[in-house]
Amino acid sequence: MRKHVLFYTISLSAVFLLLFTLGCQKSGEVGGTADAAQKVYVAPGSYDEFYTFMSGGFSGQVTVYGLPSGRLFKIIPVFSQDPESGYGYSEETKAMLNTSYGFIPWGDAHHPELSETDGVHDGRWLFINENNTPRVARLDLQEFETAEIIELPNSAGNHGSPFITENNEYVIASTRFSVPIPQRDVSIKSYKKNFKGTISFIKVDPKEGNMSLAFQILVPGFDYDLAHAGKGPSRDWAFFTCYNSEEAHSLLEINASRKDKDFIAAVNWKLAEKYLNEGKAHSVNAKYYRNYVDKKKQTAFSEVNNKVNVLYPKECPGLIYYLPTPKSPHGVDVDPSGEYIVGGGKLSTVLPVHSFKKMIKAIENKAFDGEIDGIPILKYDDVIAGEVVDPGLGPLHTEFDDKGFAYTTAFISSEIVKWKLGTWEVVDRIPTYYSPGHLSVPGGDTKKPWGKYVIALNKITKDRFLPTGPALCQSAQLIDISGNKMKILLDFPTIGEPHYAQSIPAKLLMEKSQRIYKLEENENPYVSKGVKDTKVVRDGKDFHVYIGASRSHFTPDNIEGARVGDNVYFHVTNFEQDWDIPHGFAVTGNKNSELLIMPGQTRTILWKPEKVGVYPFYCTDFCSALHQEMQGYIRVSPENSKTPILYTLGK
Amino acid sequence: MEKRSRILIVIASLMFVFTFLFPLWNIGLQAPQYPEGLGLKIWSHKITGLNEHDLKIINELNHYIGMQRITPESIKELKIMPYILGFLILFGLIAAFYKNTTLVKVWIALIIVLGIIGLYDFYMWEYNYGHNLSPDAPIKIPGMVYQPPLLGTKQLLNITATSLPGLGSIAIFVSLAIAVFVVWKEKKLKRGSNVK
Repeated sequence: MRKHVLFYTISLSAVFLLLFTLGCQKSGEVGGTADAAQKVYVAPGSYDEFYTFMSGGFSGQVTVYGLPSGRLFKIIPVFSQDPESGYGYSEETKAMLNTSYGFIPWGDAHHPELSETDGVHDGRWLFINENNTPRVARLDLQEFETAEIIELPNSAGNHGSPFITENNEYVIASTRFSVPIPQRDVSIKSYKKNFKGTISFIKVDPKEGNMSLAFQILVPGFDYDLAHAGKGPSRDWAFFTCYNSEEAHSLLEINASRKDKDFIAAVNWKLAEKYLNEGKAHSVNAKYYRNYVDKKKQTAFSEVNNKVNVLYPKECPGLIYYLPTPKSPHGVDVDPSGEYIVGGGKLSTVLPVHSFKKMIKAIENKAFDGEIDGIPILKYDDVIAGEVVDPGLGPLHTEFDDKGFAYTTAFISSEIVKWKLGTWEVVDRIPTYYSPGHLSVPGGDTKKPWGKYVIALNKITKDRFLPTGPALCQSAQLIDISGNKMKILLDFPTIGEPHYAQSIPAKLLMEKSQRIYKLEENENPYVSKGVKDTKVVRDGKDFHVYIGASRSHFTPDNIEGARVGDNVYFHVTNFEQDWDIPHGFAVTGNKNSELLIMPGQTRTILWKPEKVGVYPFYCTDFCSALHQEMQGYIRVSPENSKTPILYTLGK
Repeated sequence: MEKRSRILIVIASLMFVFTFLFPLWNIGLQAPQYPEGLGLKIWSHKITGLNEHDLKIINELNHYIGMQRITPESIKELKIMPYILGFLILFGLIAAFYKNTTLVKVWIALIIVLGIIGLYDFYMWEYNYGHNLSPDAPIKIPGMVYQPPLLGTKQLLNITATSLPGLGSIAIFVSLAIAVFVVWKEKKLKRGSNVK
């Protein structure tokens, strides 16, 4: 009897267990959500597998996210002023935004590109372009701060930029808008006669990373849209898409879409170097700025350049060839082997893939189909390796995984299409929400893609998140590509426009991430190395206040002797040498920004008091339990007063 | 004294060199805001942080509870101690040179007495450091003192302080053990030869 009871109990339990398990499996399969949640869940206190650097698009900045969690870690100010940190406001950082047009407070950042060694991301620097006032920035990936910005002359709409050769020899950049070069007052109708494009090669110092404009190539007046350097066998070449080979200057959406084919320009940069060394370049007047941070002085300086070397394709045979590419191509992407060059013909129904080998052969055989301004046009059939049929509507960009597959975004049909290199067959497709521009596979434009994920960078989000009025966020969408079928894992909103992104394994960066600035190495001319250096000095109308910040007080914190109409410079040094203890500084009625000062750093903010009174200043970064006590007063006397200079602490 | 004993005493004397190369004592501090850990290393001739800037950080944190700053330059023990340790090395080597077991015994006694004095002095330093609080401290908790433990772990507000001998002190213990062993061995040998 007892045995029977036991038997039934066990059997019943087994049935329940079975049903329960089946139920679980089913609910897991239906939404796929449990599975996806597990894949993107990074437990509190744990680290993400990848750093992802996203462009902020029209925010002008770079954002740093973690993958697969989609958590935002930092916004790095690059081309736009950032009142939060004081970037572009403080005396130490203002120079970063100088251009030949003057001080520019905003920029349009598009393509973050990680530096490379032997075609693989090395985690030293991140480059990013500014579209509107042509510039390229270099970010230091120990500090996660902007280290340098170089302006590009003879360029307008620096969109095809900054793409990197295999060992950072050059950062390459092409001008999206053709303009009169040099700039002059001409009729817009004289476009075909007077407008030209340029392709720029910025040399990167292999040790320090400093950029210099090595040379430019003057090219026919098309719209040069995007670029990629070759790799492996094609390492000496760089490829640039162009549309508007019609050379229209008005209503481009119609007038620049007439021809069946535009071009990918293949530039032999090794040969360009040779021509440069042979003295073939023309030294042309062009004013452009280079702004750089002197690390020791922790201060940005501007350098003005007045000349640039320009090569003319007509005088440099073999420098450039045009590869006909349907139709108004946008992206140009080179596969990890360096053999295939994929053109994203945004109005095309097929995705053309050119072969580097065939291209070289066609050049040897002179398989030309005419020429433009001394640039031979290669025959389409002699360079094409294959066409991906049905790649979606409006194919834009392609990246690659580590298994021989390519992933292409289709803007109009709002999807990512996966296809196989070599067979050109589409093997999978997944909708995105909505309208992706770029996409990004970790390492997906290098010789060694890390694979695992693709991020769709969507322009439209509509109903995807809680609505926030007419202005909605754009988004990044994380898709798992580890299996045969792509699987959507996560949607997350982004800052500005996540125009393009690049990811790098966390282990390559996190160990060398800087924690503090060493106070003893701080050579800022306005540093206070300790309390003994804090002081107040008048120099005519300039009233210099040297302040030290440490938990939880400023030294000095009572200041007298300033007058209406003075330029009061607060030189604030953060005395801390402790990880993650920044101090802030703000003073009443300052028409400037606040300051955030990292441990061991000196930052200066200018304040121009206009009214007599006694004004408080305080620490804005919650630094300690007595943060609210971290304050001080500055007395502002009438313009002609004789109030003596006084500065004290604790008296 | 046996040749082997002599070598052992030389080794024991030279073990003291470790007191110049490694800290005598380590005080580790754990707090919620310092997952990476903070700490002090007490050497014979200096006090340093576990990490590069720890001493500065600890000094700055301590002003909230009114503890005095640790300024190694003003601690006279750090000036005397290297001479004492040097003297002990020399003494040990002389004992070995003269093959004199009695000198070794004196040496042992010196190490023990000086060691106890040293520990007592360290304890008193810790006592002063933890008790001598500024009346102007922002954080005052009646009855609370901040003396770090001499050995072991103690909770001081949000900080868990753990105090342990460093490699320098361990070297002294080992040295002492060797010396005691030699004396014991020599005594045994002597007794053996007496019996013969």
